[in-house]
Amino acid sequence: MSESDATIERLTREEYRYGFVTDIEQDTVPPGLSEEVVRLISAKKKEPEWLLEWRLKAYARFCELLADEADPTWAMVDYPKINYQDIIYYSAPKSIKELGSLDEVDPELLSTYKKLGISLEEQKRISGVKVAVDAVFDSVSVATTYKDELEKQGILFCSFSEAVHKYPDLVKRYLGSVVPYSDNFFACLNSAVFTDGSFAYIPKGVRCPMELSTYFRINAAGTGQFERTLIVAEEGAYVSYLEGCTAPMRDENQLHAAVVELVALDDAEIKYSTVQNWYPGDKDGKGGIYNFVTKRGACRGKRSKISWTQVETGSAITWKYPSCLLLGEGSIGEFYSVALTNNYQQADTGTKMIHIGKNTRSTIISKGIAAGHGQQSYRGLVRMGPKAHGARNYSQCDSLLLGDRCGAHTFPYLEVKNDSATVEHEATTSKIGEDQLFYCRQRGLSEEDAISMIVNGFCKEVLRELPMEFAVEAQNLLGISLEGSVG
Amino acid sequence: MSTLGFREAFEALVPDAAAPAWLGDLRREAFQHFEAAGFPTRRQEAWRYTNVSAIAETTFELGSDAGEDASVTRAVNGAAFGETAATLVFVDGRFAPDLSRTLPEVATSLSVSWAGGSTGRPGPLGELVDPKLHPFAALNTAFLCDAARIEVPQNVTLEKPIHLIFVATPGARRVHHPRILVGARASSRATVVADFVSASPEVSFCNAVTEIEVGPGANLDFVLCQRETSPTFHVSNLAARVDRDARLATHTLCLGGNLVRNDLQVRLVAEGAECRMNGLYLGTDRERIDNYTEVCHEAPHGTSAELYKGILAGSSHGVFRGRVIVAPDAQKTDARQQNPNLLLGAGAEVNSRPQLEIRADDVKCSHGSTVGRLDEEAIFYLRSRGVGTEHARTMLGQAFAAEIVDAVPDQGLRDALLALITARLWTTGEAS
Amino acid sequence: MTTPLLELRDVHANAGETPILKGVNLTLHAGEVHALMGPNGSGKSTLASVLCGRPSFSVTSGEILFEGKDLLALQPEIRAREGIFMAFQYPVEIPGVPNNHFLRTALNAIRRHQGQPEVDAFDFLALCREKMAQVEMPEDLMKRSINEGFSGGEKKRNEVLQMLLLEPKLAVLDETDSGLDIDALRCVAEGVNSLRSPERGMLVITHYQRLLDSIIPDVVHVLSDGRIVRSGDRSLALELEEKGYGWLEEAAGAAPA
Repeated sequence: MSESDATIERLTREEYRYGFVTDIEQDTVPPGLSEEVVRLISAKKKEPEWLLEWRLKAYARFCELLADEADPTWAMVDYPKINYQDIIYYSAPKSIKELGSLDEVDPELLSTYKKLGISLEEQKRISGVKVAVDAVFDSVSVATTYKDELEKQGILFCSFSEAVHKYPDLVKRYLGSVVPYSDNFFACLNSAVFTDGSFAYIPKGVRCPMELSTYFRINAAGTGQFERTLIVAEEGAYVSYLEGCTAPMRDENQLHAAVVELVALDDAEIKYSTVQNWYPGDKDGKGGIYNFVTKRGACRGKRSKISWTQVETGSAITWKYPSCLLLGEGSIGEFYSVALTNNYQQADTGTKMIHIGKNTRSTIISKGIAAGHGQQSYRGLVRMGPKAHGARNYSQCDSLLLGDRCGAHTFPYLEVKNDSATVEHEATTSKIGEDQLFYCRQRGLSEEDAISMIVNGFCKEVLRELPMEFAVEAQNLLGISLEGSVG
Repeated sequence: MSTLGFREAFEALVPDAAAPAWLGDLRREAFQHFEAAGFPTRRQEAWRYTNVSAIAETTFELGSDAGEDASVTRAVNGAAFGETAATLVFVDGRFAPDLSRTLPEVATSLSVSWAGGSTGRPGPLGELVDPKLHPFAALNTAFLCDAARIEVPQNVTLEKPIHLIFVATPGARRVHHPRILVGARASSRATVVADFVSASPEVSFCNAVTEIEVGPGANLDFVLCQRETSPTFHVSNLAARVDRDARLATHTLCLGGNLVRNDLQVRLVAEGAECRMNGLYLGTDRERIDNYTEVCHEAPHGTSAELYKGILAGSSHGVFRGRVIVAPDAQKTDARQQNPNLLLGAGAEVNSRPQLEIRADDVKCSHGSTVGRLDEEAIFYLRSRGVGTEHARTMLGQAFAAEIVDAVPDQGLRDALLALITARLWTTGEAS
Repeated sequence: MTTPLLELRDVHANAGETPILKGVNLTLHAGEVHALMGPNGSGKSTLASVLCGRPSFSVTSGEILFEGKDLLALQPEIRAREGIFMAFQYPVEIPGVPNNHFLRTALNAIRRHQGQPEVDAFDFLALCREKMAQVEMPEDLMKRSINEGFSGGEKKRNEVLQMLLLEPKLAVLDETDSGLDIDALRCVAEGVNSLRSPERGMLVITHYQRLLDSIIPDVVHVLSDGRIVRSGDRSLALELEEKGYGWLEEAAGAAPA
């Protein structure tokens, strides 16, 4: 092993920093999946009949898929079959009563989020930037900040459960309209048993004055987290939304199967950023979250824009393809991704850009970093439909290998049915350059700093798409695996 | 989809009198594999974009190779492109000595070897293409009754190419199963052209298998030229093994056929092995052309460079899937892959799927894939100089194809290919 | 006598497995500029690589002392922090890492090591502007990624700029003049000359005499087949220019082993 390999090995063995458990009394249903459980979740949420029916349809379909063993096997990830009867489908802190003011939130929960670096207090953060937070703890939302201030501008931001009661028409109109309950195996499971999530609605012409965010925390052992996020931007509206996730360190794997639906109407723009830091398992590959997520945005309006930015450093297994349906003429889809797999982590991630409307455009920038025994796959579909005249796509997928036992794979799918469409795809795979490392060291930088600097440079095109606050967090996260801060 | 139609033909096939005993076992075993697997369906990832039910639903007949046929002779003469080291013609999969000129010991046929009393199983036969993975290859082996056999001895350089011509006799729904075996021994150098032509305007099915071994330090150019003019189903499986410091260049030219599927698999098994894979697919009307290539870097310091270009006019459909696999020990691999496509028709469609699977860390790999149309500015420029639109389009199409044609190692063949490409582009230009 | 800044004692070194240096002796005192000349393949770049500790080059026997300390025991970055700077013949490109960020990190790493206070962003910017003007480098190059998309001349100016900023005790210039036009060459030479001082040493490796018209060396060494076969004053360089390297073969035969 060369000297730099030894450094990489040392750097990539940093411990997970968010692995603590909050000791709090939980209201938990026994493990197992059945129609009763679906009904129970719906009852606990006091849901209207139509939603229960929708869940039951999804449940019936999921049972069929399960009987057909239709769980997806095409991804380049390897894990034992999941027993869906072993999972707990609902677990919530007992202290949660009605969703009320922030003062009523259990101090234990507040301190949990504080420890995670998330402020649930409605005051300006040190940086001076306001961020509205919806905090989801296991199966429920425990607090949402700045709701009132946002409502003054007509912006609706609350937990999904609350939205079902307060804005049933909006939820009914858009739920499942981008990701139907039958869309795929995991989306189907989610549709049957989802417990909470976030809802945001930006009315016509409004530019959301602050970042909206949801912070997901898995706490209870043996539970799965199945949340659902729905964001609708009306004509000319703009919103930037952030999502973060962590979980305790446990030896068994836990399932997280979320669904995110975005809808952008004429001239609307949604920027959706994720910093995913679920527990990745230990250095021998034991434990960690299975992150099987369906995210899709529909650019329904003319000149609408949906932009996905993700930094994926956590999870034992990631299976995730945030996608854009480009329906509106001149609409734009973007996907910026950094995925880092270390130790025994596996990631099969990418995007789908489905060009349907005229002059639609999409950009894909994917940066994969594989270290340790990590396996990393980019899988992306670019489809130009027969009516996508003048549509354009540009994709670039670069992989960086750190160490000699990892793997990086690239699977683009380009399907073009229109002769005026233009598609360009480029991909490279390389090892972190010995020459680059030496150059930095000759200028006095330590090898750790040099690697960290080169990795951050490699990811720069993606990191700069993140809102400022998240960019710092993302850099730090990359740093946790590859040494602390930069510079 | 049924494999039944082929069972009758399989049982009816009368083996060559001089054929060795092992052939029967090989064929029976292969047919069992074919029956067990059946025809591939679109549910299989490897066949996701190509539906072969039209082949499965047709009852094809094996030609009987009944002596001289004027149209066969015409087709064979039409394929000639200049001086060759040997020309071997196979009609309905069987060697046609009257139309051929062999180079004893180097370029001959299995049947000729058998007649000469040499009945051992030749080198790569059945070793490189796995009949369990490729039902069409299994079908080919099941109907194996002859094969082109090229053996370039150690240190020998053949200045002129070896020309292999495969044709079916005229008749309704003809099928033939060409088989090609190439062994380029250590430090030899040769060019082999496998040419597929039509002798009649009727529907036919050509199901070819090629197995190539390139020995240490050898240098082989292999041209796969599909220029059938009739409505043809063409399925080809090519597998090659490239040894230490050896080089293999394949040139795949898909210039005809209603449904064409090429599988090309190259294994670089020892240090310093190199392979170039050039390909051109030109589709018109409702033609479907599906190219799957796989290069497997199994040893350090290997190089692969792949360039497949597609021109799709009318409502044709092109598919490219290129896999580059770098095994854990294949350090210092340098692998490049490019797949540019040109769409010339409003109904034309292309699917491009380059894939990199990399398990070694000290490598340089890249791929690129583009889909676009002719540069309107360039067309306008040519028109402003007095060149007609159709002519301008043809010119630019030729220019796009030139990179692939220019790499073909024989001038006579290059000229023939260019003329064919021009003719096809010209017709598509007029049609649109 | 004072401790030399740099001392090589019978240095044998390999590039990979191949022996290149076959017993190099050299003593360079602070305040001196030495030129190292020699034909292609004589081992000039290997010597530079060995001085700054490039992996894949190994010293098989002999010693290298920097200010009397064993240089070979030090990691490349420690050598840099001790004050050894190499201007690379082929500076690498590092996509995504801005030049200014990189340089400030390097400067502060060196300053920390030498017990000096770190330079903040504002002071660094001012310092940078001053030095950039000196090498006539456009300011936007500082914001761009390290050497990415730089022309050959810009890369070499960037090397000299880094040298001016980092103020090393020993600067090793590895064929910094190769591939430069007259303007860039003048710039490089001016930069180097401005750094000349009694406490600083320089080793200028070059294939051509022309650089030595502007950077006037105190000592000229001729390297051939891994050994220094002749040393002399500036006139030796002129002699080489006139006669070429052809005569070296005989000289090499006569040189002490």
